[in-house]
Amino acid sequence: MRMIRLPRSDDTFALGEALGRRVEPGTVIAVRGDLGAGKTLLAKGIGAGLAVPTRVQSPTYVIVHLHPSGRLPLWHADLYRLSGEDELEQLGVDEAIEGDGVVVIEWPDRVEGWLPADRLDILLEHDGEGRVATLSATGPRHRVLEAVDV
Amino acid sequence: MRVLGIETSCDETAASVVGPAGVLSDVVHSQAVHAEFGGVVPELAARAHVEKIGVVVRAALERAGGQRPDAVAATAGPGLIGAVLVGFSAAKALAAGWGVPFIAVNHLEGHLLSPLLDDPAPCFPFLSLVVSGGHTALYAAHELGRYELLGETVDDAAGEAFDKVARMLDLGYPGGPLVDRLAATGNPDEVAFPRPRPGRLDFSFSGLKTAVRAHLLSAQPASDADVCASFQAAVVDCLCRRVSEAAALTGLRRVALAGGVAANGLLRQRIHTLGLEAFVPPRSRCTDNGAMIAHAGRLHLLAGRSSDLDCGVRPAWQVGA
Repeated sequence: MRMIRLPRSDDTFALGEALGRRVEPGTVIAVRGDLGAGKTLLAKGIGAGLAVPTRVQSPTYVIVHLHPSGRLPLWHADLYRLSGEDELEQLGVDEAIEGDGVVVIEWPDRVEGWLPADRLDILLEHDGEGRVATLSATGPRHRVLEAVDV
Repeated sequence: MRVLGIETSCDETAASVVGPAGVLSDVVHSQAVHAEFGGVVPELAARAHVEKIGVVVRAALERAGGQRPDAVAATAGPGLIGAVLVGFSAAKALAAGWGVPFIAVNHLEGHLLSPLLDDPAPCFPFLSLVVSGGHTALYAAHELGRYELLGETVDDAAGEAFDKVARMLDLGYPGGPLVDRLAATGNPDEVAFPRPRPGRLDFSFSGLKTAVRAHLLSAQPASDADVCASFQAAVVDCLCRRVSEAAALTGLRRVALAGGVAANGLLRQRIHTLGLEAFVPPRSRCTDNGAMIAHAGRLHLLAGRSSDLDCGVRPAWQVGA
């Protein structure tokens, strides 16, 4: 487990960007945190690190956005409104996790039991004006991301 | 030519028949099941669409006189895939059964073209501000099918910000009308919320949402009414400023509103103060409806375009470049 202070919103973006440069096919990043904690901003940074040319917006409305044209395909999901795991199938998220893409999941607590055992958990918390990120790799494949240079 | 239009991209099950004389019927069933969850739940949405689609389509046909339509149009995206599929499949089945053309319609284009259903209607070219829970985009609509994206949100949609602020204040769902109502009794100058200016003619509402949260957690937050009024003023300022800038940039002097946030009282008022000719649809035509889909499908059909029955839904379909 590793804690990183993010005093300014640029720092949240930069953390994402650093992760985006290091992610590999099959990377799954579960991003937790309150409204306004910076989850979508972190995802935007990951997109930038992956050189995704399309705009990374909040996927709240359609649940999943696929950005196919970066260094690796980026699946960006916001599961806030999901009622259960069976819905992931029709959205294609389960396929993405087994594929060669990178999956970033906001509000993963809706599908806790379904999340792959090996992933990177990131908790974003408000800390005064800034934020604190807690990174925990839950398996060997994601250790390298926990130790990412920021 | 009469066209049946079906819309199920989010939480409204809607069907309508539009003919040469305008809207012949317009039936909308809003799902109430989402209020307790503070937002649309996709699984519940799809199930509710399945339950309501038959009743809604039949009512739309009957109210239009019961005649068989000359074509069927349906939303193919963007939207929740499971929800879109319900209306889309029903429309294709009806078109196949009746042996009439089918037209797959983009939900955003439906909104964008909806002001053309009114009298007076804007003539092309015009600026179109499409603002809803899922989208915030400013287009130059040059002609049918040719839309130039001038700016869009870089993070949250405007309607999403309304929903999230309503949730922070425990007002309920959907947030737009509730914030609007409370804002009417508040002071819009009480809290100086930020009015972010990202690049180009883009919008950003994520920081505003965070600023509202920070204010509510501060030592002496303003009343809910003042927070709503100040938040709403910030959103409407951002939207209107971009419309003015787009008018200066493109030379276009007409602007049309569309989408659920176009039902917002302050926006409807302020859009008339920008020195442009403003077109504001009735509130019932701002939120999702079948008439806009029937109408867009009809215009495309009249222009000689229809879709194959084996085409699929397009959950991430965008409008304009």
